[in-house]
Amino acid sequence: MSTNQNILVKLKEAGFRINNKWLVKGVTLQIEKGKIVTLIGPNGSGKSTTAKIALGIYKKIDGEVEKYTNKVGYVPQKISIDWTLPLRVNDFMTLTENLKAEAINEALSLTGVIHLKDKNLGDLSGGEFQRVLLARAISKKPELLVLDEPVQGVDFTGEIALYELIKKISDELNCGILLISHDLHTVMSATDHVVCLNGHVCCSGTPIDVAKNNEYKALFGEQASQILTRYEHRHDHIHTNEGEIKKN
Amino acid sequence: MLDDFFIRALLAGLGVAIVTGPLGCFVIWRRLSYFGDTLAHSALLGVTLAYTMEFNIAFSVFIISSLIALILIQLQKRTNLPGDALLGLLAHSSLAVGLVVISFLTFIRFDIMGLLFGDILAVTVDDLLIIWIGGPLILLVLKLIWKPLFASTVNYELAEAEGLNPDRAKAIFTILMAGIIAISIKMVGLLLITGMLIIPAAMARNISDSPQKMVVYSIIGGVLSVILGLFSSLEFNTSSGPSIIAAALFLFILSLLNIKQSIKLKN
Repeated sequence: MSTNQNILVKLKEAGFRINNKWLVKGVTLQIEKGKIVTLIGPNGSGKSTTAKIALGIYKKIDGEVEKYTNKVGYVPQKISIDWTLPLRVNDFMTLTENLKAEAINEALSLTGVIHLKDKNLGDLSGGEFQRVLLARAISKKPELLVLDEPVQGVDFTGEIALYELIKKISDELNCGILLISHDLHTVMSATDHVVCLNGHVCCSGTPIDVAKNNEYKALFGEQASQILTRYEHRHDHIHTNEGEIKKN
Repeated sequence: MLDDFFIRALLAGLGVAIVTGPLGCFVIWRRLSYFGDTLAHSALLGVTLAYTMEFNIAFSVFIISSLIALILIQLQKRTNLPGDALLGLLAHSSLAVGLVVISFLTFIRFDIMGLLFGDILAVTVDDLLIIWIGGPLILLVLKLIWKPLFASTVNYELAEAEGLNPDRAKAIFTILMAGIIAISIKMVGLLLITGMLIIPAAMARNISDSPQKMVVYSIIGGVLSVILGLFSSLEFNTSSGPSIIAAALFLFILSLLNIKQSIKLKN
């Protein structure tokens, strides 16, 4: 890995515990400009915790975190917003930073929700809200993007489009991305570095390296490993809910 | 002009209403009604202290309310009691201690009713100075911490992750709450201050679809309540503090009509 100036966040043997129960420990990773680092692992393996350590949300941690940027965009996995607040999408976009109208429009168009700009945030569907969250995170042109399952609840075609958008953003803005995802197909095709978590780092490296790793196979099964290694072909069709196949 | 007690009362009320408007919005958004109540109750202790030490009342109320807020934060960290129990504990014990101290001070005659429900008609030029210097100061500080405070009200982790330092904003906001209670205690009294914070803001919520609008409507609502309340107290010879709150309630009920209409429109 290249060093110094490109590094945005560095975790050294970082861990976090509540009441002496470790949520995650011994995580070492770094996020660089223009690179996508993906965290994978089963439920409860400490993916979101690791993201929050990297973001500095958790303060009393073990190990070290060094953060070299304050221009951060964050899409949390769970977000509980109090709907008693009168809040339109447009207000939400400028929540942490004052943005020009063009910047707001551009980001909302990129994630395909520009038509919702004046809607009340509480009236959006889960998938729509997810797209707004992503738009908000990218609109401030951050140096570091932390995306915790950014496409949950988004429809299938939208999912692919959004992952492509994430890849594009990483290239265009040259920002570093920490991505958490369950979708191994998508993850592996766009990722530079994969960290496989299971309470600790069980393996890490390029997607191919990780796919060949025995611990990874033990965690996800032989099949998951094949998904990665043969991820050269591109789907030219979509499987609908009814099991039909549609050509793109 | 300032010689007229009614003009003084009006100026005091308006000065307070302009500040309680925006603060009240945050009280509603952050669910702090009981917190405001607790600070207000503790103000009695501040008043007694002011009398014994011959301090300025507003200043001493400010100190005591800030102190109670600090104690609350410490108790929240160190005990397993739920927040509302701690608030009740502090509110009523500080009120009780305040009353006990008063009964020791036999050499001073207290206007207990005035303390509890306000005595806006007894506002002096000095009180006006405190309101019209302290009030804009509170608004200025609120404007400065608006971004982090509002962002963390919507979502704490987003604000923290994106470097806005929400904890500092929260601490400053607590001090602002103590400040508004200190400058408005004489107007509506310690039992009704929270009403002045909440009711105009609640009215504003019913008729606004964005945070900025809610703040503006909340200020307008507060100002109208003061004018309406004071004039009707003059007209019907009712006590002025409760009249202002009753006027605010009247505006709130009017705003309910707007909700009914918008629900109809949706259907």
